[in-house]
Parts: sequence; C-alpha cells; structure tokens
Amino acid sequence: MAGGDDLKLLGAWPSPFVTRVKLALSFKGLSYEDIEEDLASKSELLLSSNPVHKKVPVLLHNGKPICQSMVIVQYIDEAFAGTGPSLLSSDPHERAIARFWAAYIDDKLVTSWVQSFRGKTEEDKSEGTKQMFAALDTLEGALRECSKGEGYFGGESVGLVDVSLGSLLSWLNATEVMSETKIFDPIKTPLLAAWAERFRELDGANAALPETDRMVEFAKKRQAQAAAAAAASDN
Amino acid sequence: MAGEGDLKLLGGDASQFVARVRMALNIKGVCSYEYIEQDLFNKSELLLESNPVHKKVPVLIHNGKPIAESLAIVQYVDEVWDTAGAPILPADPYQRAVARFWAAYTDDKLLRAYIGVNVAATEEERAEKVKDTVAAISQLEAVLADGGKAFFAGDSVGYLDIVVGCHLSWLEAFSKMYGVVLLDAAKSPIFAAWAARFGETEAVKGVVPETDTVAEYAKKRRAEALAAKRKN
Repeated sequence: MAGGDDLKLLGAWPSPFVTRVKLALSFKGLSYEDIEEDLASKSELLLSSNPVHKKVPVLLHNGKPICQSMVIVQYIDEAFAGTGPSLLSSDPHERAIARFWAAYIDDKLVTSWVQSFRGKTEEDKSEGTKQMFAALDTLEGALRECSKGEGYFGGESVGLVDVSLGSLLSWLNATEVMSETKIFDPIKTPLLAAWAERFRELDGANAALPETDRMVEFAKKRQAQAAAAAAASDN
Repeated sequence: MAGEGDLKLLGGDASQFVARVRMALNIKGVCSYEYIEQDLFNKSELLLESNPVHKKVPVLIHNGKPIAESLAIVQYVDEVWDTAGAPILPADPYQRAVARFWAAYTDDKLLRAYIGVNVAATEEERAEKVKDTVAAISQLEAVLADGGKAFFAGDSVGYLDIVVGCHLSWLEAFSKMYGVVLLDAAKSPIFAAWAARFGETEAVKGVVPETDTVAEYAKKRRAEALAAKRKN
C-alpha cells in the first residue's frame, strides 16, 4: 500500500454492500482498518461521514468519506490505479458493459432477492423468487458474453461485475441452505455455478466473504425477529 | 471527428435519460450522429435487439456496438471523446466519487419522488411525493451552496449538471399538470438560479424535452401505473 494512505471501512459484516467494498480492497491488496458498526446504535463517525443516508459502507481515505458501494469500488480502482489489478478494463466499450451489468445486479437481482426474503405476503415472496431466477438466467448470458471463454465477468481476472455479484454469494448460499433449493444450479445456469465456485476459492474472496454458516445463523435470527414482530402486530 | 465512426442514438422525445446522453454529446461537440426516435409503446426491432435486457432508451450504437444505461453511456462518451470539448467527469478520483454519489442520489431520490407525483392514486399520496421532491431539491440546493460555483461541476457544466438538469423539464411538466410547486425559487434560490443558468448553456441546446411532450407521455405512463395497481 502506498505510504501515507489511511483507509478505514465503516461496515457491518452481514451487509453484502460492505462485502463488496471488502472484496475490492482485498483484490487490490490494500490494507485498511475494518470498523464494525452497530447499526442499531450508529457511531458519530458514521453519522457525520454519511449524513445523507446514514448507511454502511463508508470508506474513509485519509479522513475523506466516500459512500455508496458502487461509487466506493470505482473510487478504489481509480485512486489506487497503480496498486494491484484493475477492476475495470481500459477499453471504454468493455467498461460501459461492466457498468451496465453492475447496475443490473443491484437493480434486478438484489431487489428481487430482497423481495423473496422480505416480501409482505407469500405471493410477494414467490414473485421475488421468480424474478431472482429470471435475473440469474440473464446473468448467465452476460457471463458467457463478458468472459469471452475465460473464468470471470472481467475476463481472465476478476472485475467490477465479479465483485458486484460476488458480494452477494454468502447471502445467496445461505438462502440455498435455508430454502433447500439450488440458486446456482449447474443445470440451469452452468457458467454461473462454475463461476460461483471458482470465485469463492480465490484468496481475495476468502478474505472478504462471510462464512455461509455464520450467515445462515444470522438470517435465521432475522427471520425469527421478523416473525415475532409480525405476530406482535397482528393484534 | 476522431473516434466518431458510425454513431446512432435510439431516443425518445420525452425521455430525460435520452436528453442526458444528448447533453453529453453536446459537451463533447459530437453532433453528427443519427438520432432515431423510438415509439416506446410500440418498440422497434432495432430497439429490442439493441437493448434486449431492458428494452429501453437511450441506447447508443457506436460502430454497430450497442451501449445502454444512461450513466454508462455518458461515461463512455466522456472516455471515447476524451480530448474533445470539455471533460464531463473531473479528473480527480475523489471529485469523481462525489459526482457519482450525487448522481445516484438524484436518480434514486429525486426521480422516484417526482414520478410518484405522477402516478399517485390519491391526493394524500401526491402531497407526500411533492414533499419528497421538494426535500430532494433542498438536498441538491445544499450541494450547490457548498460548492459555491455556477454549476455543480464548477465554472462550467459537467456530469452532475446533466444528471440533475435532464430532470428539469419533467419537474416543470408535473408542476403544470398537477398545479403543484416542485421547484420553489423562494425555498431553493440557488437551485432555481442554477436551473435558469443551466437552461441557457450550449449543452442543452435543442435537446431538452418539451413540457407538452413530457405531459402527453407521462399521462400514458400514469394510466399504465394505475391500471397495474388496480390489478393487484
């Protein structure tokens, strides 16, 4: 890491958006101070660093805050252009395609997966699940196009889209365990299934991704809390 | 001009996002492209082929290769025509991050709020969304006040100016359609002054959607949205 660069990450380990930033830092080989926030009792530092949204992740680089996971990842790539691999190609067309798919992942995949978990009715939830699988189907095609026969959306090595999708892996794996269905199905989406395994095995990914077991435990607790709240309000 | 090649833009005359791309091309002095108006209620083969994922405009087709998502397109234009006209995003990574942060804020908070004004099913809902729109504009007012320059980007227009500026004609259209005040010059004088200044720049010449065109289009979208709500 370049001398005199102080990096702090305000995060919460279960957040896939925080994981996204950790992945980028990890792949770039950057060291940082990992500050775990209690989201039920947000620190002064978080509130003053992200007054607009009051959310994690926030990256502090020499005290200057950068917010929004996708903005942070591109910042890391640009501010540390000389360090580690590039997360974006130098070719403008490939960069545009990567930005397109990164936006798609947040817009379609994350939204539908959240709906499958937090939908107000069973109907809502199953609609979310349907849309999630539709999005994964589309991403299978994206991977085929972007990888050009190599292993990652970024081609031979990981890029912005790999980091964007990879940040969801622990949650998606936890969902697989809890719902007893395959999300990365080697029959329906063979390229994605292979990609998921390959990605998880990378040193950079290992360092940043929460353990599936820990995520399952967390998700179960969350579900129990939501059920209790719903039961309490059904009076 | 170098880098131009064969350039087509699939557009829609009401679309803020198409306007945004045209503003970016204007900033770069790129004028010789084929603009192909799309009927968004009767989509062409070309549109469906060029943006199969979303089937939306804008789509920029450069030397036969399509690019979709207005912010991806704007950054593409900035990068391909890097030595032409003026820079759209600043060179400094931190300034770029700040511009991208507020762009995300605008397309999330401001856009959703005023679209909500259009598709509100009740007066109460509309009033809520008007409040949200005014709040988002207040937030952007603070950004301008902080910067203390003529434009979001500094002394001349840049990324955030066109990201926010493309929404202005929609705000105007909805103010008229619903008899509400969205851009209150008394509450947000700096933003109002910026909006007037922005409207006079070269970047917007000939590419701002007409409020009547927006109104007509928005009415159709409202009808669609209300029909969908009734089904559920």
